[in-house]
Amino acid sequence: MEFTVISLLNGLSYGLLLFMLSSGLTLIFSMMGVLNFAHASFYMIGAYLGFAISKSVGFWPALVLAPLMVGLAGAAVERIGLRAVHKHGHVSELLFTFGLSYVMVELVQLIWGRAAVPYPIPPELDGPLFTLYALAFPVYRAFMMLVALLMLVAIWLLLTRTRIGLVIQAALTHPETVEALGHNVPRMFMLVFGGGCALAGLAGVIGGNAFVTEPAMAATVGSIIFVVVVVGGMGSLAGALLASILIGMIQTFAVALDWSLLSGLAKVGFSVSPEFPVYRLLSITLAEVAPILPYMLLVLMLIFRPKGLLGTRES
Amino acid sequence: MSVPALELREVRKQFGSVEIIRGVNLAVNKGERLAIIGPNGAGKSTLFNLISGRFGVSSGEISLNGQAIQRLAPYEINRIGLSRSFQITNIFHRLSVFENLRCAVLWSLGYRYSFWHKLSALKDARSQAEHVMESIGLSWRRDTPAGLLTYAEQRALEIGITVAGGAEVILLDEPTAGMSRSESDAAVNLISKVTKDKTLLMVEHDMSVVFGLADRIAVVVYGEVIACDTPAAIRENAKVQEAYLGSHAPDQEVL
Amino acid sequence: MSLHTINYSPINTGRWFVWTGFIALLILAPMLFSSGGSLSLLSLMGTIMIFALSYNMLLGQSGMLSFGHAVYSGLGAFFAIHAINLSASNSFFIPLSLVPLVGGIAGLTFGILFGYVTTKRSGTTFSMISLGIVELVFACSLMFPGFFGGEGGVSGNRVFGKALMGVSFGPQIQVYYLIAAWLLISTVAMFAISHTPLGRIANAVRDNPERAEFIGYDTQRVRYLMLILSGFFAGIAGGLSAINFEIVSAENVSAARSGAVLLFTFIGGIGFFFGPLLGAIIGVLLTVMLSEITKAWLLYLGLFFILMVMYAPGGLASIIMMNFRLMANRLFMPLLPSMLKVSSAGLLVFLSMVMFIEMTYHLSLESAQGTTIQLFGAQIDTAQPSGWLIAAVAFIVGVVVFLRSRTSFMDAWDEANAEIERRIAGSGR
Repeated sequence: MEFTVISLLNGLSYGLLLFMLSSGLTLIFSMMGVLNFAHASFYMIGAYLGFAISKSVGFWPALVLAPLMVGLAGAAVERIGLRAVHKHGHVSELLFTFGLSYVMVELVQLIWGRAAVPYPIPPELDGPLFTLYALAFPVYRAFMMLVALLMLVAIWLLLTRTRIGLVIQAALTHPETVEALGHNVPRMFMLVFGGGCALAGLAGVIGGNAFVTEPAMAATVGSIIFVVVVVGGMGSLAGALLASILIGMIQTFAVALDWSLLSGLAKVGFSVSPEFPVYRLLSITLAEVAPILPYMLLVLMLIFRPKGLLGTRES
Repeated sequence: MSVPALELREVRKQFGSVEIIRGVNLAVNKGERLAIIGPNGAGKSTLFNLISGRFGVSSGEISLNGQAIQRLAPYEINRIGLSRSFQITNIFHRLSVFENLRCAVLWSLGYRYSFWHKLSALKDARSQAEHVMESIGLSWRRDTPAGLLTYAEQRALEIGITVAGGAEVILLDEPTAGMSRSESDAAVNLISKVTKDKTLLMVEHDMSVVFGLADRIAVVVYGEVIACDTPAAIRENAKVQEAYLGSHAPDQEVL
Repeated sequence: MSLHTINYSPINTGRWFVWTGFIALLILAPMLFSSGGSLSLLSLMGTIMIFALSYNMLLGQSGMLSFGHAVYSGLGAFFAIHAINLSASNSFFIPLSLVPLVGGIAGLTFGILFGYVTTKRSGTTFSMISLGIVELVFACSLMFPGFFGGEGGVSGNRVFGKALMGVSFGPQIQVYYLIAAWLLISTVAMFAISHTPLGRIANAVRDNPERAEFIGYDTQRVRYLMLILSGFFAGIAGGLSAINFEIVSAENVSAARSGAVLLFTFIGGIGFFFGPLLGAIIGVLLTVMLSEITKAWLLYLGLFFILMVMYAPGGLASIIMMNFRLMANRLFMPLLPSMLKVSSAGLLVFLSMVMFIEMTYHLSLESAQGTTIQLFGAQIDTAQPSGWLIAAVAFIVGVVVFLRSRTSFMDAWDEANAEIERRIAGSGR
């Protein structure tokens, strides 16, 4: 019981972190048609900047400064690089961000080295929030959820209550019309790209110390957020939220469960000898399979509901 | 009189809560040339999209030579014998003019997804493509990438791709859009030539084109056909004059 | 009128020349570069050339950007290495020269399997799905050590059975010729496929998928078939890789390897059939040789790739062909002075950036070995400002000259190309 509650909360916090990342990706993709392959790299930069600023000034300033810096970097990338590639089409834009992801990882390694950096959780947020019997739910996880929820509310308010938000909403489904209405689309692009990257950076600041901060972190989370966006439905923020939480839950629960078909069979009285041909298949535990579950979900989605959970637009 | 080449029965189309096509009934006879006219936003292009399978109908039936096609995919409808052109030129811009046309004939000649036939050895594909290329007057642009053609040339290629496959029912969506007077006249001759003995359904704004080509005219206003008759009768029709010409720009009165 | 339906014999002679030249190159290469290291390099290039060509069937010919093509080559490699081991232990025999076919069939089969799912969507969504699939397979490869060999992978010995006419495939030179033979077969096959109805319709789907539907083609089916065929050839490349290295591991089915073939193919040029061949050669040279010279090689590769995307999206092949076209039209020589000026300025900027990058890399990652590095034959002390100053000055000078000479060069370039287009348009009538 306590395992379920704690895992639920952990899954929720991880899922919300995934949403922070995938929401930025969805916004950028929906508005600009650009799939930002380097999105997870901006997440990584956010974590590293969070680490660096924490070390010198402190965590709380890092929480504000790092996302801002990442956002500015994103806007600069859009202005200097991506803008030159717009005219060559979406594939070129995607390839640009693809190359960018390589370069960003190399630059990070150049500055901070190839090993993981010790990005600590600030002492005031360390420790358990509450314990249920023997299992503890960390304060920091609650903090992550809080930040993610605040961000969620902020995005929602921005999109529904401000003028720029309305324009962005319109552009989510009808980008050409928005352009035809005379809005300064290049500037909006820069803003949206920078904003999306800032979100990724924020996720990095709060996620980097909860998980690990190393050059490979971009690659590990990068493909997962693609899965989130496709499963949730291209262009749907609500779908991204749903898919993020779903995948967050699935991964968190699976990692902790030792169930396998073998143990299931054992429970009903069957035992299988190791010589049995598909023994390996039967003996795989859910914990071992956990890494591929999001991708299996992707495959199932594609077979039964290609549009995604709440998909609206065909890409 | 046999089965109409194309028939629409109580066709309706809704986008969200807005009903764009509100119960269209239309029958096009084999070999007939029907022009669809109407004010902007009346739903003419939507009708084309419904007939050709680009959109699905909300309700109603569309049949091609008696066969229901309203639930079929565009490629299935094309294979049965209906081909359409587009208002915004929709060609294969990196392929040459000849290649564009050759692609358009491949399915109808039965080559399907073959990856064992050498293209250059397919004499029937080549001659049919060349024949169409000749009739649209683009033989001298045979190897030019389609994206580099002039606008009028691209429109001609657009029509060429549409008819190359030998479909019996041809839908042309504003074929003379954006053309000058002389270009339009040339286009009318071209359309006349390539759709000889075929059933033609055409959306047009240019009245001289309409009156030059059409056997009958259907007038669509607010998603309904308010009149469908010979050009002479349409000219006299009071409802048409009020609904259509009343909102029409003065320079178009070539009646 | 009949001028343009003439038979294509002039072009055919050219074509025979090119193919004969290709075969000659394949046969003679190991004689020109005969050291052991070179032979390994040539063999590696051969396998990657097939891999890149198969990749371009998707990207350049059908407009499908895949981030997970290593699935097909990697799984092909695994099946190949198992076939080798089974043949060696006499449970099942297949001569080594046919082992790449085993890889090909594996690639084909998985193309049928995975392709069904991945081609349900097109465009950017397809790209994302392809990444998901490669991550799926990669993760699976670590979960089933029985087939995939776990961390260490699966190794084998390509020398088994009786040597036929003295050919045991032990020595690298024999492996090279095996790879070259398969490269020739695959290149001819893929070239032929691009000139079939499916190949041409795939081009149409690339250019305008919607219109392709309206001329009677199910675009999903077209993309599915191209993926299956592409998987077949990727599997052949994987099988040859298994033979060449005698070991296959999870890395063979990784996203990293998929990314590499994308990089190479794009750099080579996706718009021309020979582009991937060129890209494979350059790519292998860059990764293998550059990585021995500098630690920053992946950074250089990434930056080079980005610059190509921004300024030469047609790749090296398009740059070469455009210059050939200028030469054929006798418009190249007038452009040469401004081209040289822009190029040398660009070179200066590049060299100064190399200085910066190398010095920074040294400071950051190798400071334990002292502060001096070897660069362009000179010793530079990274702790002293002199080296940095030189780099900075060179950079600024280069950038200024580049920006100044760039506009006039671009104008001249555009004018020359416009002239060529005019000539093409004019010659028609």
